[in-house]
Amino acid sequence: MKSRNMNLREVYVWELPVRFYHWLNALCIVILCITGLIIANPPGIMSDKEAAFRFWFGDVRLIHFITAFIFLFNFVFRIYWGFVGNKYADWKNFIPLKKSQWKELLEVIKVDVFMVKNKPVGSIGHNTLAAVSYFALFLAFSLQCLTGFGLYAQMSKSFLPHLFSWVVPLLGGDMNVRLIHHILMWFFILFAIGHVYLVFYHDYIERRGVTSSMIGGWKFIEEDVAAAEEEKERSEAKAESV
Amino acid sequence: MKNKNLSVYEECSRKGVSRRDFLKFCGTFAAMMGLKVSGVAQVVEALDKKSRLPIIWLHLQECTCCSESFIRTTHPVLSALLFDQISLDYTETLMAASGEQAEKSMRDTMQKYKGEYILMIEGSIPTKNEAYCCIGGRSALQIVEEAAEGAKAVVAWGNCASAGCVQAAAPNPTGAKPAHQIIKGKPVVNVQGCPPIAEVMAGVVVHLLTFGTIPQLDSLGRPKAFYSRRVHDTCYRRANFDAGLFVESFDDENAKRGYCLYKMGCRGPATYNSCGIIKWNEGTSYPIQSGHPCLGCSEAGFWDKSPFYKREPALHAFGIEATADQIGLAVGAATVAGIAAHAVATNIRKKKLINNKGEEEN
Repeated sequence: MKSRNMNLREVYVWELPVRFYHWLNALCIVILCITGLIIANPPGIMSDKEAAFRFWFGDVRLIHFITAFIFLFNFVFRIYWGFVGNKYADWKNFIPLKKSQWKELLEVIKVDVFMVKNKPVGSIGHNTLAAVSYFALFLAFSLQCLTGFGLYAQMSKSFLPHLFSWVVPLLGGDMNVRLIHHILMWFFILFAIGHVYLVFYHDYIERRGVTSSMIGGWKFIEEDVAAAEEEKERSEAKAESV
Repeated sequence: MKNKNLSVYEECSRKGVSRRDFLKFCGTFAAMMGLKVSGVAQVVEALDKKSRLPIIWLHLQECTCCSESFIRTTHPVLSALLFDQISLDYTETLMAASGEQAEKSMRDTMQKYKGEYILMIEGSIPTKNEAYCCIGGRSALQIVEEAAEGAKAVVAWGNCASAGCVQAAAPNPTGAKPAHQIIKGKPVVNVQGCPPIAEVMAGVVVHLLTFGTIPQLDSLGRPKAFYSRRVHDTCYRRANFDAGLFVESFDDENAKRGYCLYKMGCRGPATYNSCGIIKWNEGTSYPIQSGHPCLGCSEAGFWDKSPFYKREPALHAFGIEATADQIGLAVGAATVAGIAAHAVATNIRKKKLINNKGEEEN
């Protein structure tokens, strides 16, 4: 029997709003990609019905637009949570402004990408490379919302889409915007493939339960890492009170 | 020159147009311009009483298709409007005068009607080298700047004057620019299209004549009355779009049935024009009705939005023409291959980990 004693501590990392955002976002992206691919190149579905008695393409577009609204507001909510959520949800994680973040980023590349180093990076929330890639993803989300609602503005009379009506002229017309929107969709698909693989990889090699942490919110963290983090928190709190 | 002071109606009745036909014309145009019922009376009154509207109509870098479109109108009132009433004091293709006389006619109008005449421009203006377009020894740029100086308003006919059209398409060898980029401080009406619909052109002229002001414009300077709705939303084939019935190629059964041309690259969803409502050649047809997708000729830069028969531009950066989907799939395959390689390395590491009872060596 291969076994060993582990000194682990459970840490509550992902709060419920973060987990809710994650899964709603995932669902939205799946729906948006499927409907988006259909809108970009609709299949030739033949029918003996007259046009007036069919509306499937209209329905596909309707689903795409409704999901886009949910996606947008969910994203806005996540940005808000980046300012009020716990420190693992904080917006500062995603933008590497501190030297320590850059150091960790290099470390992660060494360990997880090129595997020239074996000792896992002891971050509790996102590691810096992951956080930076999510920041890029958030920028892509923003651009996708801008281009999507920019295109949608032309067929809408309501207030919100019209806030985006400047996008299409700025980016040089409808076709360019459609192309950017389409390419970004592929970026999300590729990102999702990499994302799912890397979650499995981390769980596989680090065994901290990262996959299920997005369901339950808790992660298994090594005792020494957790204790060091606690010590850091305590000294920060002390510095603040002084 | 005795007909100079006749009103449009007098001119028409002299030509045998009945009062009834004249009023029908006024009613039609008031409706097209989006006026309310009382507006009809204003149009009637204007055309009944007002005399000439002095116009200088310049032909610069263009193909004259705007003029062609305009003179194709067979409505008797319109032709009276065009040939007698709006008094084209200077227009290279239609005026009788030539040479010195023509130049004099233009100068006379500019002096006599300073601040009153309307400058109408057909064609774009070269800026890279002014010599690309010279008339009577002066460059297009000089002529436009001079003529715009004393103009009450400027009407830019067609895509050339509104957005540069084909001359401004990449790489734009002459540095062609539309009127509104050259003329500052004057209202410019962009009557878009390649060419614009004759009735739309006439509608703008009737508006200028009736109200003495320019019509309400959209953010791109186009008259709202004619350019506020998408071709897509006014298309008689729209039901096929929502039903998901599409033409797959120009010679298929679906094309015969008159299905939606969305997959053939129709620009209707992004084009603002009146083609679906007013149509062409006295309401006979318009491109989509004839089975051809809209090219989006009333939108800026439509020439550069090639290929015309595809919904998205091709990505030439990759050597061969590729679509976003093909590139996406290729990059996706590369990603999966990368993941596979990474997974193999991970498993080697995992094996060591199991042997070391989970302890990573540094």
